[in-house]
Amino acid sequence: MDPARFTRVDATAWRVEPHGAMRVPAVIYADEDLIRAMDDKVYEQAVNVATLPGIVKASYVMPDAHWGYGFPIGGVAAFDPDQDGVVSAGGVGFDISCGVRTMLTGLAVPAIRLVQQSLAESLFREIPAGLGSRGAIALDPFEMEAMLAGGAAWAVARGWGEARDLERIEEGGTMAGAEPACVSAHAKERQRREMGTLGSGNHYLEVQAVAEIFDAPAAEAFGLAENEVVVTIHCGSRGLGHQIGTEFLKEMVIAAQAAGIGLPDRELACAPIRSEIGQRYLGAMRAGINCALANREILGHFARRVFGHFFPEADLRLLFDVSHNTCKVEPHAVDGKTRDLFVHRKGATRAFGPGHASLPAALRATGQPVLIGGSMGTGSYILVGAAESEAKAFSSACHGAGRAMSRHAALRHWSGRRIVDELAAQGILVKSVSTRGVAEEAPGAYKDVGAVVAAAEHAGLARRVARLTPLICIKG
Amino acid sequence: MNGSAPATRGTARWEHFPHDADVGVRGFGATPEEAFAQAAMALTAIVTDAEVAPATAVEVSCRAPDLELLFVAWLNAVIYEMAVRKMLFARFAVTIADGRLAGTLRGEPIDVARHAPACEPKGATYTALKVAQDAGGLWSAACIVDV
Repeated sequence: MDPARFTRVDATAWRVEPHGAMRVPAVIYADEDLIRAMDDKVYEQAVNVATLPGIVKASYVMPDAHWGYGFPIGGVAAFDPDQDGVVSAGGVGFDISCGVRTMLTGLAVPAIRLVQQSLAESLFREIPAGLGSRGAIALDPFEMEAMLAGGAAWAVARGWGEARDLERIEEGGTMAGAEPACVSAHAKERQRREMGTLGSGNHYLEVQAVAEIFDAPAAEAFGLAENEVVVTIHCGSRGLGHQIGTEFLKEMVIAAQAAGIGLPDRELACAPIRSEIGQRYLGAMRAGINCALANREILGHFARRVFGHFFPEADLRLLFDVSHNTCKVEPHAVDGKTRDLFVHRKGATRAFGPGHASLPAALRATGQPVLIGGSMGTGSYILVGAAESEAKAFSSACHGAGRAMSRHAALRHWSGRRIVDELAAQGILVKSVSTRGVAEEAPGAYKDVGAVVAAAEHAGLARRVARLTPLICIKG
Repeated sequence: MNGSAPATRGTARWEHFPHDADVGVRGFGATPEEAFAQAAMALTAIVTDAEVAPATAVEVSCRAPDLELLFVAWLNAVIYEMAVRKMLFARFAVTIADGRLAGTLRGEPIDVARHAPACEPKGATYTALKVAQDAGGLWSAACIVDV
């Protein structure tokens, strides 16, 4: 993308002034090199989002942005119901509440090295991954309703998790306002045997080493120490979320056509927040959030069980669990007044700064952990929400490295077998049912996650706390 | 990646096309039905390069107000059957009449070791969605699939 298409505000903030049907500007937070590497579609999609009814302040784009569906991946937009604001199924995405959780192990890297191979094999056996895998948990209709209403708290009550985890999960582990009755029978059927499964694509469970600390006080507050080991899980609401997304997208496209709403892109299909379909989507989407929270809690429990076998003394404590595909109602200050806005984050992480009321006491003075997934080879980052992020992008930051190359191109460039061998030589064990899947997720197919988080920090979205490098990757 | 099926009219084939994070599928055929069926073969090829046996038949149907929306509905019906039945499909027969599509999918249960599924389609999208007939009469049907 040519940076000349934007007005440069500073090194990591660029604007598109409103023109045509745009109601607000588009603002992209990235450095010049990251912008150059982005597809032109990011510009087009950010501008399209700015045309939607009721959008507040700006259509924001995070430094890891890439071409998405309707919204760019890495898009943030808030809508005001008092100004005919909309909710968009495309603005949340198919994988509702896809997110990341990181658990502290208190173990040092050498302890993992001693058992690395057998630990990797055990995790690979115990964590169902990929299409065709079956979880050990099957939900009857009663349990399905309870899960969709209760989220991670439901998983804990069933023995798949620990009560102390809940305060370190967004919404305390249970998304309020979920309406299981708004979730279709098809969506529920798709989830019946999927609880406690990782999924595929870019989803993973990694055992990671804390390789570098950038902010010692924040790292201490988070419980992160150099050369210690953490477990990070990236996945979402599985088939249930995908089906909710699919069904509401179709319904909103047809409803928009019928209502004569001219959308620049069908994938932007949306409905007024204060409409029957808008409310029904919110009820279903929030149930989808609970599904994702429950699923990550169960996967965390499975990881604890495996670690307990190898390290009976280890105590895996949840650092934080944060989603990056959501629409949440949040109070935000706009022009000096606090308004309840429907904030869509599509491939963007909530990043509350210090003092935010939703944070548990142990984290409140420091700010919210912002968990950034990188690639299998290059590692991941833990950031902390910055106070100024509220004014920059409704307290949001990037969510990952972002792809630099399509799966298609990655397959032409790399062999999965060779990547597994090369990473093994670097001390990183990758387990996957598919070598082709490994090639599609090759580290070289991703942007430089270091450049992405440096831009996020420079832009005032979030600050770097620690860099993590993988020891074991169970690839979905 | 691209491929072709034993075609009755000699024009049937499919291909993948790139998207930043996901994959595009495109089917070609002498009729919309044949293009839809070919695109579904491209969908299977997102998941596996291995052979899939057309052992068991599954019937699906869907409805939409226009041919493009019907194409997305069709791929989503196939994705749903893949997910719920944990099957892969190798052969597809499609009929379309009055905005309603009836399809027969033939496939087999996923064998993780043999099929080595590379990824899991989440849903067909309206991005890069196009169903059209070219000047030579060849139909194509394409969209991006979120994986």
